[in-house]
Amino acid sequence: MRNNIVFSAKNISKFFGHGKKLVCAVDDISFDIADGEIVSIVGGSGCGKSVLAKIMLGLYAPDRGTFLYKGKPIVDTRDHWNEVQSVFQDPFGCFNQFFSIRTQLKDAFGILKNKPSKQEIEQRVDEALLAVNVKPSDIEGKYPFELSGGQMQRMLLARIFALKPKVLIADEPTSMVDACVRANILDYLMKLKESLGMTIVFVTHDIGLAYYVSDRIFIMHESKIVETGKPEEVTQHPKSAHTIRLLEDIPDINREWIKK
Amino acid sequence: MFKLLKNLIKEPMFVIGSVLFLTTILAGLFGPFLYVSMPEGATYEAPSATYLLGTDNLGQDYVALLLKGLQNSLYVGFMAGIIATTVGTLIGLFGGFKGGIVDDILNMFTNLFIVIPSFVVLVLVSASWPEGRSLTLIAVLIGLTTWPWTARSVRAQAASLRGRDHISLARINGATNLEIIFKHILPYLASYVFMVFIMQVASGILSESAISMIGLGPIGEGSTSLGVILNTAKNNSAITDGYWWGIFPAAIVITMIVFALYLLNNSMEGVFNPRLRK
Repeated sequence: MRNNIVFSAKNISKFFGHGKKLVCAVDDISFDIADGEIVSIVGGSGCGKSVLAKIMLGLYAPDRGTFLYKGKPIVDTRDHWNEVQSVFQDPFGCFNQFFSIRTQLKDAFGILKNKPSKQEIEQRVDEALLAVNVKPSDIEGKYPFELSGGQMQRMLLARIFALKPKVLIADEPTSMVDACVRANILDYLMKLKESLGMTIVFVTHDIGLAYYVSDRIFIMHESKIVETGKPEEVTQHPKSAHTIRLLEDIPDINREWIKK
Repeated sequence: MFKLLKNLIKEPMFVIGSVLFLTTILAGLFGPFLYVSMPEGATYEAPSATYLLGTDNLGQDYVALLLKGLQNSLYVGFMAGIIATTVGTLIGLFGGFKGGIVDDILNMFTNLFIVIPSFVVLVLVSASWPEGRSLTLIAVLIGLTTWPWTARSVRAQAASLRGRDHISLARINGATNLEIIFKHILPYLASYVFMVFIMQVASGILSESAISMIGLGPIGEGSTSLGVILNTAKNNSAITDGYWWGIFPAAIVITMIVFALYLLNNSMEGVFNPRLRK
């Protein structure tokens, strides 16, 4: 069982600033994430969920505690990114505006240790584009500012389909797109899990979305994980006051939403 | 790119600025070769049909002197601008992108240079170099004393880009620091750096004139600059004796180049900054 643990965090904390302005973004958090799991980290703005995602991705190192990937601390970030990749929140801000989309998708292969041949890269990019229902000819020679937000978010996912990492950290991939695209993106995430057996950490502020996709949900509030459990447990029998609040905030068509 | 040019051409400031600047550039580049200077005349001869702008204290034709001076002043301005912009941009980019201790050290270094009055350094170094002060030396000195402002503003811009998602994405794509700086940060700052460069050229021309005016400019055959013309005229009592043609044409040319560069810079800001776009 222990071999199957992908991420293991023991009492990790992360601070920003210093002196009087010291801010604790992640406060004494411990958890394990198993191979092949989809774990959602749910919380409001500023609760530290994105920082936690960046720690998992190796962009930040925790200031206290131990954080292990497959039983080892993250030493070489390039090695780490060979296996752990990410989709970010803002699809428009994610691509360099000065290079075409296809060039940037091909650039992504730079991280792989066993870099495929040029031909294979082209082929894998084409396959990845088809996996997210985009015809390769549609984006040929196009620059990021020529695509819509939904298309851009799919390009980010295409990058994941092309690289085929073992773990995906999806940091609010659905927060900046409309409802239809949101459903699409969730479908693609499920496809990634099913076809590649990917472990997915899904960061979101929407407990409703988390309920549909995850095996387990972590509820974060004020830099701490306040509740963990299976989606049914968390949504049917919430223990923490904050979880109850998150559940109450799910939009409901049949309920009067804004109290007059 | 085409749209950008179209927007620029609509801007009267840009049209006036570029016409003025192109005229001075063309005059500086080709003038000295095309203009056949008049033979030496009498000392301080007033402007006439033979000598369009009169003659100087040695009887030399002022038109020829001005064209040569313009060429040399532009050379110093551009050279100083290139040096200051390159040094400043590199230091600013690295500091802003790296952050932390590297940024602190580079910032301290930049502040140190800002605190030292650059003109005083220029005067002291020039004065301690009594012989063979070439145009290039003056240009290098100006460039090496004016980069800190560039570094500071570029640093601020680079630091604001550092936290962007496309930089994080480039990192998990396996880009090296150099690749990130030159591929993912510099293009975003290119228009800004270009504007800074224009200002540095203008200030280079002004600095050169100022240092030459007080007699610490380039010396030697063929190194007449606009500032040197002013200095020679001043030393040979052109001001006190009322030989206005020794002072005004050179002063007007300097003002015109700098004015043209400021106009260009201002009009470009109107185009590059979407908020000012009409």
